[in-house]
Amino acid sequence: MTCEETQNLLDPYVDGELDWSSNLAIESHLQGCPLCSCVLASLKVLVSVMQRGAPKFKAPLHLKSTVLSGIERANPAVRHSFVDWRWVTLAASIIVIAALSWLVATRTAKPSLETQLIGDIVSNHVRSLMADHLTDVSSSDTHNVKPWFAEKLDYSPPAKDLSVQGFPLLGGRMDYLENRPVAVLVYQRNQHLINLFVWPATERTPESRFALRGYNLIHWGKSGTTYWLISDLNPEELTEFASLLKD
Amino acid sequence: MLKRERLSGHNELIGFNDAVLPHMDAAYNLARWLTRNDHDAEDVVQEASLRAFKYWAGLSHRDSRSWLLAIVRNTFYTWLRQRSPEVPRRSDGEVDDVDVETPNPEIAAIREADREMLKSALEDLPIEFREAIVLREMEGLSYKEIADIADVPIGTVMSRLARGRKRLQATLMHQGVRS
Repeated sequence: MTCEETQNLLDPYVDGELDWSSNLAIESHLQGCPLCSCVLASLKVLVSVMQRGAPKFKAPLHLKSTVLSGIERANPAVRHSFVDWRWVTLAASIIVIAALSWLVATRTAKPSLETQLIGDIVSNHVRSLMADHLTDVSSSDTHNVKPWFAEKLDYSPPAKDLSVQGFPLLGGRMDYLENRPVAVLVYQRNQHLINLFVWPATERTPESRFALRGYNLIHWGKSGTTYWLISDLNPEELTEFASLLKD
Repeated sequence: MLKRERLSGHNELIGFNDAVLPHMDAAYNLARWLTRNDHDAEDVVQEASLRAFKYWAGLSHRDSRSWLLAIVRNTFYTWLRQRSPEVPRRSDGEVDDVDVETPNPEIAAIREADREMLKSALEDLPIEFREAIVLREMEGLSYKEIADIADVPIGTVMSRLARGRKRLQATLMHQGVRS
């Protein structure tokens, strides 16, 4: 290999983009050529200076939300198509699972409200994972979490300690659903985060399950409180968690 | 009851959230280096995100960072063509705002004056060299990935990087940067 050939390949050599035999050829030339070695050294300095020294611009904090609201403005269907599609699926489900008709019937009575709510819960869950805003109060001690909520809400959410059962409490935060502030308790199962949304509701609802966009949801209502569990945890372990909460 | 197979608009937004928005910094960095100012960079990223969302459905299996960067790049060139009758804006004629991002310790170790020199040397490179260097040195992309984004053969990427670096070396040597 001549000096010219070598120097032509020094950039891909430094970038690790050459095949094995070209690498060898270059290295053997470099061993006997101080000039090319010098060119290589100066190239390496440049690359490292650019990587470490040239400013890398971070997106301004507001950009993500500006982008999202721009998308929502430009695509009014983003919210509405959700409801339309739900109707279609629901219609099909009724035919297929007529045996569970009473369950379906309760849902058909108010599909849009519930659909909207499930969408909101999933969004809140995703946002809590993305925006680095999982908990407002971080504590595994229910005696710390409960009083924190007491100052902010007109009801007291249950904050059960289930760490022994493998579901440690990470803390709590305030979120907003159904036009009201609601309590969220954050639990963990191995690498999976679980959000439990809790607020007062008069009706008693049997347990129902949903799966949306990779998240599993379990919902029930009892003793004047409504519960919504959401996580990417598998349905079996999430069910186990739900029954621990109900005990 | 709610099945995942068919994505609704709302779900698409969530999927978009998960897969694309984490690359906002990379998108902005590229746009900022191409436009050379904050305001235009934001406009380009916003426009690119709208386009990205439009084509998002059905494309969920690809590498979303490279995909978004390619859209940012295309959006930038469209934007550039639209305003081309104007005299190209010179970075040195503008009130070039000081970067507000928190410097990481490595960067802080390099003298501020040197950083400024690096910045202006890179900004003064012809645009096709500049984008190749930004994608390679800052995003750590392979030649193949850069070739896909810029829609040119790998050999072109190789030569743009080599020539861009030579020019940078010449500029920096001339100005006596110390690393």
